[in-house]
Amino acid sequence: MTTKQTLTFVLMDAPFESARTTTAFRLLHAALTRGCDVNVFAYEGAVALSFAKQAQHPNAVHGRDVAQEDHPLSRNWIASLMAYAHERGAALNWVNCGLCVDERGVGEAIEGVRRGSPADCWKMAQQSRATLVIPTK
Amino acid sequence: MPGYLLIESRDPFESTGAARTYELAIQLRAAGHDVALFLVQNGVLAVRSGARRTELDKVIRTQIEVLADDFSLRERGISSASLIAGVQATPIDSVVERMNAGWNVLWH
Repeated sequence: MTTKQTLTFVLMDAPFESARTTTAFRLLHAALTRGCDVNVFAYEGAVALSFAKQAQHPNAVHGRDVAQEDHPLSRNWIASLMAYAHERGAALNWVNCGLCVDERGVGEAIEGVRRGSPADCWKMAQQSRATLVIPTK
Repeated sequence: MPGYLLIESRDPFESTGAARTYELAIQLRAAGHDVALFLVQNGVLAVRSGARRTELDKVIRTQIEVLADDFSLRERGISSASLIAGVQATPIDSVVERMNAGWNVLWH
């Protein structure tokens, strides 16, 4: 019988800014696909990844309306990953640093995301097989 | 003893930081650790044959496993056939695999 592994990922980048965000989401998807339980601790700008008020916009330069532009939103990616985890019977525990949330005024997170503190990050790392920190430049 | 997977995401032609990661890989190997280098995002730009890459060549000569993210390669138009010897295209799942094995994984 194999023991289910838990992995922790610590994210720092704000949405709409860096390829690191895309890579981080790919890593989360890969971990869930392998059946791992996954912890995410988001701090600094990364707390806005799950902000519920993110909105799509049209692209006037290219003459596309909102639907045609279909601009990707990180909150939707997170929701999709949470649904994927549920389908696979895995856990995706997403915690936002509360101080970072308050600084940025992004307290309205999507369902399934909870507010925490750096102490949660420490606990997650303690309980995980491995932890990967993806910092900004 | 768990090994070290060093993830390099930066363009080595833009940042000297990539060379520091390569050096760290060589030093960890010299200290007796299992080491692998995973190149992702612009970190893969060094593995196209014809690119000048003195520092990465040192890593390859040390027989450290060098992996390049297949998604990042495709994004940048680098085919598997054009990779330099000693580098293997691999899915990002290989990072998760090492984490599951308890390796220390460092991102730069």
